Amino acid sequence: MKFMTLVKTSETDVQPSPELIDRINKLAEDAVKQGTFVGMGGLGPTATGARARLSKGKITVTDGPFTEAKEIIGGYAIFDVKSKPEALEWTRRFLEAHIGLWEQDLEVEVRQMMDGDPSQGC
Amino acid sequence: MATPPKAAEVIDAVWRIESARLIAGLARLVGDVGLAEDLAQDALVAALEQWPAAGTPDNPGAWLMATAKHRAIDHLRRRKMQDTKHEHLGREMDERQGSPEENLADDLDDEVGDNLLSLIFTACHPVLTTDARVALTLRLLGGLTTDEIARAFLVPKSTIQQRIVRAKRTLAAARVPFEVPRGPELAARLESVLEVIYLVFNEGYSATAGVDWVRPALCEDALRLGRILAELAPNQPEVHGLVALMELQASRIHARVSPTGEPILLLDQDRGRWDHLLIGRGLAALTRAEAPGGAYGPYGLQAAIAACHARARTAEETDWTRIVALYDALAQLLPSPVVELNRAVALGMAFGPAAGLELVDSIRDDPALAGYHLLPSVRGDLLAKLGRFGEARAEFARAAAMTQNARERALLQRKAEAL
Repeated sequence: MKFMTLVKTSETDVQPSPELIDRINKLAEDAVKQGTFVGMGGLGPTATGARARLSKGKITVTDGPFTEAKEIIGGYAIFDVKSKPEALEWTRRFLEAHIGLWEQDLEVEVRQMMDGDPSQGC
Repeated sequence: MATPPKAAEVIDAVWRIESARLIAGLARLVGDVGLAEDLAQDALVAALEQWPAAGTPDNPGAWLMATAKHRAIDHLRRRKMQDTKHEHLGREMDERQGSPEENLADDLDDEVGDNLLSLIFTACHPVLTTDARVALTLRLLGGLTTDEIARAFLVPKSTIQQRIVRAKRTLAAARVPFEVPRGPELAARLESVLEVIYLVFNEGYSATAGVDWVRPALCEDALRLGRILAELAPNQPEVHGLVALMELQASRIHARVSPTGEPILLLDQDRGRWDHLLIGRGLAALTRAEAPGGAYGPYGLQAAIAACHARARTAEETDWTRIVALYDALAQLLPSPVVELNRAVALGMAFGPAAGLELVDSIRDDPALAGYHLLPSVRGDLLAKLGRFGEARAEFARAAAMTQNARERALLQRKAEAL
């Protein structure tokens, strides 16, 4: 089963330190070697993005940045694992890698991907 | 409410992530896969006893490794004292310099990849039966419990237990060295590893028995094993060929079953439901599957065929001429009546059903295909396209009587009735 982990944090100009990048790369490499890490992507600043919205039958588009948002999605990773706890363990390791190297709060939303499996109701 | 994760679940997850490395590192040290697994299991039991009360350690993987190390050291000390009784068991201890602790540090921290590769080759060693290789690989590399393996293969738990115990004994009795084969032996041994992984995949992709036609969890297990192997042996084109083949086939797994569990054949599938993440991974793996000089091996060729389907946005866009050419190449490398049968399907699509039927009829009496339900099934399809409905009906009925899978039987019966 596949899980998408969505990393949320406040938008900041602070760049991750080389040490943090190194730690995360090691973790990703480890997950690739385990055959569980099947996709990832980092997202650019909200200033280069936009929000499209459907409300009461009307579509509106708002360009970034999303200054009012407390937290934004910074990136995602996709894990192909045997169980949800396994996805959570990788997520825990990801968060742990930030300890001491990243000031902002981080939240990771761990969501199962439906894969189009009929038994999953999709 | 936010709660800390449950210890049992964390242990289960950590075990799945760490067990193969743990067992591989320990096997390198004690030279015996069975013993290594026992030591690793001891560490797991210790975790189950201690973590719920003491809390999950900060680095659970390292905790398991350290605990297993201690057990291994105890074991090696005991074994050293029994050297006179069990001379061969203590052999490597005498050859080593330094304390057991120092050797352990070397063995367990270095060459993790080499250890894992040795574990795969040992689990798939030709001295074992194919069933034993499959069970041992899923258990040692896939981190599956005996229960999970038994459920996956629809056999009693005790059968798998015995299979694994016997396999470990066989490895020990044959003194199979814990190593990566080198030189001319490597190719044949690698073939055995790839065969085991693909066998697991196929049992999930098109179950030979039982009520469900597909069991996606088994496919995922095989895919993970393949991806691990591709990381460990990146210079082996056929490893990438197998991974490409599995990624591409797995991309269709949920599109090939209807909501009620009926099989949906490739050309009838809703291509929008194919998993494009896996297709992308499969096509990427395929580019690494070419040997120097650009040739594919048997797995690479099959992946290239799967890629023809993956690239076609509609069934009509399928490049059947290329598929025929790829089957021609496959038949050269791996002459087999099953390949011929598939080639016949492609021929029928590329050049008309008469061409396909001609080839099918030429292999019809091959003893290797006796009892193979896809022979009458393919023949039935070609006959139906030629308007020979009576003969087609008989072939579908014959195929339905031959298959062991209930879902497939129903599909074939419906085909016969629809004519």
